[in-house]
Amino acid sequence: MPALERIAKLYRGDEMARKVVDAIHAVARRIAEREGRDSLVKIMDFCGTHEWTITHFGLRSLMPSNVELVAGPGCPVCITPAYYVDVAIRLAMDGVKVFTYGDAYRLPGSARRGAGIRTLAEAKARGGDVEVVYSMLDAVRRARESGKESVFLAVGFETTTPATASPVVQGKIPVNMTIINVHRLTPPIARYVFENVPGIPLRGVIAPGHVSTITGAKAWRFIPEEYGIPTVVAGFEPLDVLLAILEILKQIFEGKPRLVNEYTRTVTWDGNLGAQRLMAECCDVVEAAWRGIGFVPDSGLVFKDKYRRVDALKQYGIPELTPEEWSYDLPPGCRCADVTLGKAKPTDCPMFMRACTPANPYGPCMVSMEGTCSVWARFGGAGLAEEIARDIGLEP
Amino acid sequence: MCLGVPAQVVELKEGGRIAVVDFGGGVLREVDASFTPVKVGDYVVVHAGTIIATVDPEEAVESIRTWNEIISMLKAEDPGEPGGQGA
Ligand code: SF4
Repeated sequence: MPALERIAKLYRGDEMARKVVDAIHAVARRIAEREGRDSLVKIMDFCGTHEWTITHFGLRSLMPSNVELVAGPGCPVCITPAYYVDVAIRLAMDGVKVFTYGDAYRLPGSARRGAGIRTLAEAKARGGDVEVVYSMLDAVRRARESGKESVFLAVGFETTTPATASPVVQGKIPVNMTIINVHRLTPPIARYVFENVPGIPLRGVIAPGHVSTITGAKAWRFIPEEYGIPTVVAGFEPLDVLLAILEILKQIFEGKPRLVNEYTRTVTWDGNLGAQRLMAECCDVVEAAWRGIGFVPDSGLVFKDKYRRVDALKQYGIPELTPEEWSYDLPPGCRCADVTLGKAKPTDCPMFMRACTPANPYGPCMVSMEGTCSVWARFGGAGLAEEIARDIGLEP
Repeated sequence: MCLGVPAQVVELKEGGRIAVVDFGGGVLREVDASFTPVKVGDYVVVHAGTIIATVDPEEAVESIRTWNEIISMLKAEDPGEPGGQGA
């Protein structure tokens, strides 16, 4: 596929990256000259894959001293409430076949370590019928083939929701299959961060590229308009992220916050209209729980009543989680919610790389490939490794 | 979870609802194409077994060109750069 290879080459080229990094330093210096000593530009990414790009390619180590890149709520698995994991585990142990994406297979529910079944992986080890699938399409096919009573644990942001909605709306969910719908929406959690997380004067947002293929760049217009924060929809190559940072700094310097789409090769202003229609046809938008954070207005999706047949909670008579019932649902001591909201770094957690590692995760942010703790643990290269070592006191 | 993988559409099935895509290196997979209109030959982004968007290779090149211009303009404005116009 020469065209795709050409794009990859174009966006990973050293020469252009060097130029952009130089420009970032030049603009950051001019901002610092104007603002003085205290000049600090915090830029938040809202996507686990952006955090991966930033960490994997060591982009933090290329930043000027007054520019800080902070990870935000970009990991749907990390914020899936323990309640729904517990429901899936219980069903698996009751003999129901449970399908899950690989990312949620080792996600802990509310049971403590060593006390009860914590994850779907453990449920499987104890005889539960749990199967990891690559896609909703595979889950549908496997449910049909097996003929067994089945449930799919559907997690994910806007990027993943249409995959769930498509067979539901097309009437393709087999009669022996239902779905636990834990889909969540990203613009409302971004708003939550701006409104509820004091102490981080965010001055730039790198908006999630793949969520935006579905929602369209327009979903982020409210950030510059209502909060005055420069916002750039970006792709996932290192150059994409660097260009987004440059654009944010340029807007700060010019004092003109606006929304720019850097990822024009894939993201349009209006987004994927077919996917948007499916989601609107399939689900209602409701106030919904985020793990360790609580209920966030208009941030979740539930099946419309006409699709109650595929709704696992309704079919098994399991109540929806309510704000009254919700209680803090992270494992004791885990700071995943603070990490998710940009209030803490993984290295601020005393368990990071001690009691909590990718091989033996304690909290949800260490489980998912896109959890900030997992990304930092696996790809702490180019400067980050030393920073982590210093932060956890390993350096001589 | 939001990882998207680029691929090329090589075949359409079931009236275009299912696409066979090539991830390169001969890795073929059937994916859900029901909500993203695509043609054979299109470059796409695949996420969790669904096509979520198309990729426009010309736009990729065009976009880099535009950014290059922006960077040149920034340089020309920068008083700290040799050849800059001064503040
Ligand atoms: S290192 Fe583990 S315990 Fe600490 S915040 Fe991250 S996921 Fe939670």
